[in-house]
Amino acid sequence: MTTWLVRRVAASIAIVFAVVTFTFLLLHLAPGQPFLPGDETPIDPRVVANLRHEFGLDQPVLVQYVKYLGALAHGNLGESFALHRPVADALADAIPNTLVLAGAALVLDLLLGLALGVYQAVHAHRLPDIGLGYATLFVGSLPTFWLALFLLLVFGEWLGWFPVGGVVDPVVHASLPWVGRVADRLWHLALPALTLGCVGAAGTARYQRAAMLDAMGHDYVRTARAKGLPEGRVVLVHTLRNALLPLITLLGLSLPFLLTGAVLVETVYAWPGMGKLAADAVFKRDYPVVLATAVTASTMVVLGSLVADVLYAVADPRIRVRA
Amino acid sequence: MTEPLLRVRDLKTYFVTERGSGTARAVDGVSFDLFPGETLGLVGESGCGKTVTALSLLRLIPEPPGHILPGSTIELEGRNVLALAPRELRAVRGAEIALVFQEPMTSLNPVFTVGDQIAEVGIVHQGLSRRAARARAIELLRLVGMPDPETRVDDYPHQLSGGMRQRVMIAMALVCHPKVLIADEPTTALDVTIQAQILELLKRLQAELGMAVILVTHDLGIVAGTADRVLVMYAGQVMEAARTVDLFAQPLHPYTEGLLASVPRLDAQRTRLHSIPGQVPAATAWPGGCRFHPRCPYAWDKCAVEEPPLAGTGTHVARCWLVQEPERRTARA
Amino acid sequence: MNIRAFAALCGALACALLALTETRKFASMSAAGRRFLRHPPAAGGLFVLSFFVAVAVAAPWVAPYDPAHALEIVSLQNQPPSLLHPLGTDLYSRDVWSRLVYGARVSLSIGALAMLVAVTLGAVVGAVAGYARRWVDPLLMRAVDVGLAIPRIFLLLMAIALWERVPLPLLVLLIGLTGWFGTSRLVRAEVLSLRERDFVLAARALGAGRRRIILRHVLPNVAAPIIVSAALGIGNVMLLEAGLSFLGIGVPPPLPSWGNMIADGAAHLTTAPWTTLFPGLAIALVVMALNAVGDALRDALDPRKEMA
Repeated sequence: MTTWLVRRVAASIAIVFAVVTFTFLLLHLAPGQPFLPGDETPIDPRVVANLRHEFGLDQPVLVQYVKYLGALAHGNLGESFALHRPVADALADAIPNTLVLAGAALVLDLLLGLALGVYQAVHAHRLPDIGLGYATLFVGSLPTFWLALFLLLVFGEWLGWFPVGGVVDPVVHASLPWVGRVADRLWHLALPALTLGCVGAAGTARYQRAAMLDAMGHDYVRTARAKGLPEGRVVLVHTLRNALLPLITLLGLSLPFLLTGAVLVETVYAWPGMGKLAADAVFKRDYPVVLATAVTASTMVVLGSLVADVLYAVADPRIRVRA
Repeated sequence: MTEPLLRVRDLKTYFVTERGSGTARAVDGVSFDLFPGETLGLVGESGCGKTVTALSLLRLIPEPPGHILPGSTIELEGRNVLALAPRELRAVRGAEIALVFQEPMTSLNPVFTVGDQIAEVGIVHQGLSRRAARARAIELLRLVGMPDPETRVDDYPHQLSGGMRQRVMIAMALVCHPKVLIADEPTTALDVTIQAQILELLKRLQAELGMAVILVTHDLGIVAGTADRVLVMYAGQVMEAARTVDLFAQPLHPYTEGLLASVPRLDAQRTRLHSIPGQVPAATAWPGGCRFHPRCPYAWDKCAVEEPPLAGTGTHVARCWLVQEPERRTARA
Repeated sequence: MNIRAFAALCGALACALLALTETRKFASMSAAGRRFLRHPPAAGGLFVLSFFVAVAVAAPWVAPYDPAHALEIVSLQNQPPSLLHPLGTDLYSRDVWSRLVYGARVSLSIGALAMLVAVTLGAVVGAVAGYARRWVDPLLMRAVDVGLAIPRIFLLLMAIALWERVPLPLLVLLIGLTGWFGTSRLVRAEVLSLRERDFVLAARALGAGRRRIILRHVLPNVAAPIIVSAALGIGNVMLLEAGLSFLGIGVPPPLPSWGNMIADGAAHLTTAPWTTLFPGLAIALVVMALNAVGDALRDALDPRKEMA
C-alpha cells in the first residue's frame, strides 16, 4: 500500500508540473501581444519594449522557462496589470473564500445527493422515484449562474431572507460579537452554497441511485435477507456500504465542477473568491492572474483526486488488505 | 410415523417475462414432505426449478417478476410460511430455516469481515452482545473445520479460498441451530477435492446437530453419497421420489434412467457416452401431456396428451404412465 | 405574433412529433432500440430536441420579428409577456421570443460543432493510444491527465486572456479543443479491450495494416461510448457557452445566443425577469433532453446487455 501511495503522490506532482509547463507554453505560443490592453488605446512602443525587457520576454525561451519555474517556486506569481498588486497576494485573499464556498457546497451536495439517491433506489420505479428522477434531471441541467440569479431574485430581493451578495455585511460586520460575525458569514454563504450544492446534488443523486440499484442486485444482498435481517439493515448497512465506494470516486470528480461553478456563481453573488478573480481578470486580459488561478485550480483538482483515491483505498478492504 | 417438519403441497412459482413471451412456470405443482433429521436430495438439470423451489421455501423470490401462487402450501411445523407477516418471516429466515448459497464469493459481503457477518445472525436473532456473538462466530468456524479460527474471524472474504468461504457460509447458517438447512448447489463452484470435504462436513454437522437438510444439486454422485431420499425434478415438476437406495437400484422414470445412464463409468464397456436426446424446454412453454415425452425413448400417444400423476408404492413414486403400464417399457432406438 | 409565425410554430411541433413517431417505429425493431424506448424521458427528450432543431432551422419563419430590430426604442422597452410579445421584450425593445428562436440557431450550432471537434479528436487520440501502445500511449495519456486536471473553463479563460480578440469560429474551436479528454479515455479503454479480441487478430493474420484495422474494425465497435459522449457533450458545451457569454467573453452581441441573452437580462433582473427567465429555461430544457437521451443511449448501447 505504501509503494502505491508514494507512486500516486509522485504522479500527482508530475501532473502539476506538467500543468505549469503547459501554461508557460501557452504563454509563449499565444499570438496575442501581452502588454496591450484589451481595448485599443495606443501605447508607445518604447514602453512596450521596456515592459518586455522587465518581464524578461526578450530572452531565449529555455532561460525564461527556468526563471518561470524559479519564480513559481518562490511564490512569485507576477504582478497583476489591473489590480496593481502581486498576484500571490490577490490569490491569498481569494482562495480561502472559494474554499469555504466549495466546501459548503460539497457538504450539501453529498448529503442531499446521498439521501435522495438511496431513497430513489429503495422506491425504484414507483412514483416517488419517477418524480424525483425528473426533478434531478431538471435541476442538474440548469445553468448554475442562472439558478444563482433567480435564487438571488426570489430569496434576496423579493423575500429579503438572504443578503444579495458579498461575504459579510459591509456596514455592520466589524461591530458584531464573534457569534454574530459567524452568523453573518453563514447568512451570506447560504445562497451561493445552496446554488452550487443543489445542482451538484442533482447529479450526485442520479449517480448514487444507479450505484445503489447496482449494489442491490448483488448476491450478498440476497444472503442478508436469507439471514432474516430487517430490511432497513439490509439497505443501509449491507447495500449502502458498498454503494458508497463509487461515491468516493464521484467526490474526486466533483472538484472540477465546483471550481467551474465557482467562477460563475461568485460573479453573480459578488463573492470575492478565486472564481470572481479569474472572471474579472479575463475580461481585462490580466493574464498573470488568469494563469495563476488556472494553476491553482488544477492543483486543487489534482489534490482532490489524490485524496479521493486514498480514501477509496482505505474504504475498500479488497484494496486495503492484501489477500 | 413422525410428523413432517416441512410440508409442501402444490407449490407453484411463476415469473412474468418481458415482451410478452408469456409466464415462466418455473415451479409448477411441487409437493413433498421433509422429516426431522433426514437429508432430502433435490436433483435435476439446470432450468428444472430446483433452485426456485429452494428460494420459494423462504419467500426469497423477487416479487416483481416472480410470485408464489395462492393455493400453494408451505408449512413449517404446522405454521403457514406463506401467510407469515414480514417480522415473523424474518424470524424464520436464518434461525429456523437457513440457506447456504451456491456462489460463496458473491454471496458474502466484501466490505465486512467474515466474523462480523456470522456474528450478525446471532445479534439479530438471539440478541447476543457483540462480544458473545464474536465468540460464537469463532466457535462455529471451528465447528466447520476452519483452520486457525481466532485469526480467520477478522479476515475479509477476498482473503479466503473458495472452500473456506463456503465453510463461512455454512457457519453463518448454523448460528441459531436451524431445524432445516437448505444447501443450494453448495459444492458446484468448488474444486473436486474441496467438494468432498464440504460434503463430509455437511454430513458430520447433520449427525451432530440433528437438523434436516435439503440438498439441491445436479450431481447424482453427490446425492448417492449423502441423501436419504431423493426427488428428481424436471420442467418444474417432481418426476420421481424415492429412497436413495431404491432410486439407484430401480429407477422408475425414464428421465431418471437417462440421468443415471449418462454418468460415465470406469467399469462400463461403452464406446460412446450416453446422453438424453433433445434439450430442456423453455419454462414458458412446457410440452403438453407428460413434459418429458419429447425426449423419452418409451413415449407413446397417451404421453403426448395426458399428464401422468405421481403413482407408485408409498415410498417410491414416479410421474409416468409406465408405472401403470410397465409392459410398455420396451427399449426403442 | 402573426399568423405566419404561429403556423410555422405549429409546423415545427408537427415535425417534432413526426420525428418522434418515426424514431419509435425504427427503434422498436432492434433490441437496443427497445432498451432505449424503455426510458420514458428519452422519448420526451427526442421530442424536445427535434422541436428546437426544427425551430432553429425554420427561424426566419417561426420568429415573428427581426431579432436585431429594436421595435420602438422607448415605449416597448422591457415589456412583460403579452399577446403581441408572448415572451416579452428586452432592454433594447427587441422581441424576446424572436431572439430566443434565432438564439437557438447560435447555441445549438455551437453545441453541435464544438462537440464534433471534441468527440472526433477524443476518438482519434483514444483509438491511437489504445492501439499503438509503446511510447505513444503513455505520452498521450499524460497529456489527457493534464487536460483533465485543468477545469475546462479555466483552460478557456487562459486561452481567451492570451488572445486579444477571439472571433466566434475560434471560440467554437477552442471549446471543442478543451473537451476531448474524457472521450479519449473512454475510447482508449474500449480499444484496449477490443484489441485482444479474435476478429482483430484475424484481420492482422490477413495482413491488414494498422491504420486499416483502426478505421474499419475497431472504430465501429467503439461507436457506443462515442455516441453517448456526444449526446452528453453537447449539453456541456451549451452550458459552457452560456457561462462564457454571461461573463462577457462568449458570443458577441448583437448576435443572439441564449447565454448572452441571460447576460443582457441580468442587469435588469428585478424589473424584467422574463428576459433572463426564458433563455435559461430554454437551455435547461435542451440540456435536460440531451441528458435524458444520453442516459437512455448509454443503457441501450451497453455491450453487456448484448450478451443476454
